[in-house]
Amino acid sequence: MKNTISERIADFLKDFPPFNELHAIDLGKFSTEVVICYKEKGETVFELDEAPHSHFYVVHKGAILLNKNSDETIIDLCDEGDIFGLRPLMANETYKMRATAYEDSILYAIPIAAFRPLAQTYEEVGNFLIESFASNTRNPYSKKHQGKLYAEPSGAPSASEPVLLDLQPIRYSKKIVSCSPETSIKSVAETMTKKRVGSILVLEDKLPVGIITDKDIRNKIATGIFPISATANDIMTSPVITYTKNITIAQAQMAMMKSNISHLCLTKDGTTNSETVGILSKHDVMLELGNNPAVLIKAIKRTRKFKKIKPIRFRIMQLLEGYLEQNIPLTLVSKIISELNDACTKQVMQIALRKMEEAPPVPFAWLAMGSQGRSEQLLHTDQDNAIIFADVSEEVHPQTQQYFLELAKCVTKGLRDIGYEYCPAEMMASNPNWCLSISKWKEQVSHWISNPGPDEVLLSSIFFDYNIVYGDNALVDSLTTHIFNTTQQHPIFFVHLASGALQNPSPTGFFRQFLVEADGAHKDFFDIKRRALMPMTDAARVLILSHQIKSINNTAERFEKLAALEPNQEAFFLSCSYAIKALLKFRTKQGLLHNDSGRFIALDKLTKEEKIKLKRTFKTIKELQELIRVRFKVSNLLG
Amino acid sequence: MEFFKKRKINLPTFWETYETAFEIPLPKQLNEVRFVVFDTETTGFDYEKDRILSIGCLGLKNNTIAANDSLERYLDQHYYHADNVEIHGILRTENREYSSELEALQHFLAFTQNAILVAHHAGFDVKMINKALKRHGLPKLKNKVLDTSVLYRRTLIRSPLLEKKESYSLDELAEKFDISKKDRHTALGDAYITAIAFIKIMGKLKSKKPLTLKKLLG
Repeated sequence: MKNTISERIADFLKDFPPFNELHAIDLGKFSTEVVICYKEKGETVFELDEAPHSHFYVVHKGAILLNKNSDETIIDLCDEGDIFGLRPLMANETYKMRATAYEDSILYAIPIAAFRPLAQTYEEVGNFLIESFASNTRNPYSKKHQGKLYAEPSGAPSASEPVLLDLQPIRYSKKIVSCSPETSIKSVAETMTKKRVGSILVLEDKLPVGIITDKDIRNKIATGIFPISATANDIMTSPVITYTKNITIAQAQMAMMKSNISHLCLTKDGTTNSETVGILSKHDVMLELGNNPAVLIKAIKRTRKFKKIKPIRFRIMQLLEGYLEQNIPLTLVSKIISELNDACTKQVMQIALRKMEEAPPVPFAWLAMGSQGRSEQLLHTDQDNAIIFADVSEEVHPQTQQYFLELAKCVTKGLRDIGYEYCPAEMMASNPNWCLSISKWKEQVSHWISNPGPDEVLLSSIFFDYNIVYGDNALVDSLTTHIFNTTQQHPIFFVHLASGALQNPSPTGFFRQFLVEADGAHKDFFDIKRRALMPMTDAARVLILSHQIKSINNTAERFEKLAALEPNQEAFFLSCSYAIKALLKFRTKQGLLHNDSGRFIALDKLTKEEKIKLKRTFKTIKELQELIRVRFKVSNLLG
Repeated sequence: MEFFKKRKINLPTFWETYETAFEIPLPKQLNEVRFVVFDTETTGFDYEKDRILSIGCLGLKNNTIAANDSLERYLDQHYYHADNVEIHGILRTENREYSSELEALQHFLAFTQNAILVAHHAGFDVKMINKALKRHGLPKLKNKVLDTSVLYRRTLIRSPLLEKKESYSLDELAEKFDISKKDRHTALGDAYITAIAFIKIMGKLKSKKPLTLKKLLG
């Protein structure tokens, strides 16, 4: 029987093929048969060679990773609306891949028994099935593609990888920006600017008669060959090069090279005499071919919805993985990845600001805190952020704060949509305590600095690594100046900060064995964050702040700066910088391996060499803590 | 059956069937336990005066919900506050099938059997149902009950930096867990939101320590 839940399922499915072909009544009936499954991150949906289930799956929320069990080759990442696990059911064979939840996901499990009759009634559904048989999967993410952009690590390539990926159909843009031959050049240019496209199709009775690209406007209008009053008809390139929508990546590349063009028009039957179904640009081909920072940045900037950023983040992670496999220096890697992550955050800000009904009433700054503020955040972790807004009069203060809280709510939601979990302690700009005017912030930090209890020290150590992500620099600079003025008046603050830096538990015991967690979910795991990374970042922070330097947040860079500031300790600080980089790389690799933050490490999974490497950094940590203890005379305080 | 005869109360067969279900012990494994997540929409918050307008229930087992394993009943109540109708969007004139209170209760008991009931602010919904049962001369519900508003607090980290609230609304949970609020304020829609929140809460509790039914109830 129809009910609220089946209606919700039908409402979701109706937008995705092949269900979009179904009549509302059939879809409604069919939806009552659907089972909703919740899969936690990392949970398996089906294993390689498992007997087929009675259901196939549609991703409602989250993402499902498909891979080959043997070598972990990623075949595909299924996103909202994607179908998987259908082929084995129709062909009555075992699963040829493994499906696991890449994040917490809700799946609609659709019984094949209810679906099969529909495939017979509806021709389109039947065709869909045949197509899904022909192309086992579309494959934009496979490692095979990555290999084209940077060399494979020695010895790694295997002959068994799926072949001929560039013979797969390409994903193209279905939203066609078009005009008629009579449209004026001015409005053509306006449309292109508004829609942010580099080309526009000229259609007559739905048939493509020509195409205008940025180049045409430059070559034919700006040079004065045609007046600005000309129409599309005058400057368009005609005829249009057309192909069918089943064009493969290889074909598209060839076609563009052959005719020296950057856009292909896709039509129903591949000729100019049938309806246009899509457009394919060089950018689409590039995107399909692989991950490179420039393409990804461009892709990020083109997004208009939070959701669209998520798949790009997945590719950033793959880029990161590739860099690490090739042993590219971590400093360089973290620069590039932070830059990309930063671009994602900025884009989220832009989208959120556009969503707000009004523009911000006063200047503001969005700050990233903690590991993001230090640009050490290579993996998805929790979000820690804050807002500073310019001072306003007493009367309008409540509504101003309300505006920024709403903005923050939208931004934090967007950040969550693209993969940054909410901060469990609610240290986020959407919390009224972390969304303050500049004078309120100054009061707040003065309070922390002059009353340094354990909570205040903890708060300062998270907050003081802030870094501006978006907005007004002057506000941030003013706060920084204030912090240094206040710490000069309260030198005792550094002693407390230093003492806080020594609170982290030691990485090794008396016999130099690793100390692992005694209980909890991570029992017997080594907590690399608390036992190794935090002692170093905390130490670097107190040392650099005591030198009155705020412009450097990154821990490795802080140690490098310290080496320059204190020539007699140069060698030691450089070794600290090296150690933190080694630790971060370690954590990042672990995180990528397990699709988590990499914080907890299973020691029995490490090689002998890795263990030695890890232990070597611990010696540096011990020496660094000793230096802090002596320099800030911490023992006085504890005694 | 001996047991019932002794009590000399003439309870209808559907109640006896419901009661018999409790003779079967609950499964030991958490993924075998059947939960029934439910919600009621009422004319107001007065246990004596107000009435249930609709009940929505869904079965949940091993993180799975089948769309047809659900119950959605609109009740034909002669009594309702005009001012409350707006909040829930239930209008008597709407073209819908209505059942009597007794019919609805019958369906509810047959659907839940000995499952563990889950609801947001469960105390309220359970009491509303118990009052309705009483009106028809029936005893109280026998099911074990879990309240997501209480369970949620258990997932929050213990930190001096986080001030916990006394109670969290279903809207807050939906926001925290990123659950669509599309069908908010329909009984089954709210039950669905509660179910997803419940799954996420169990996931969080599990990540801290291995979770058993006993711990969940305790």
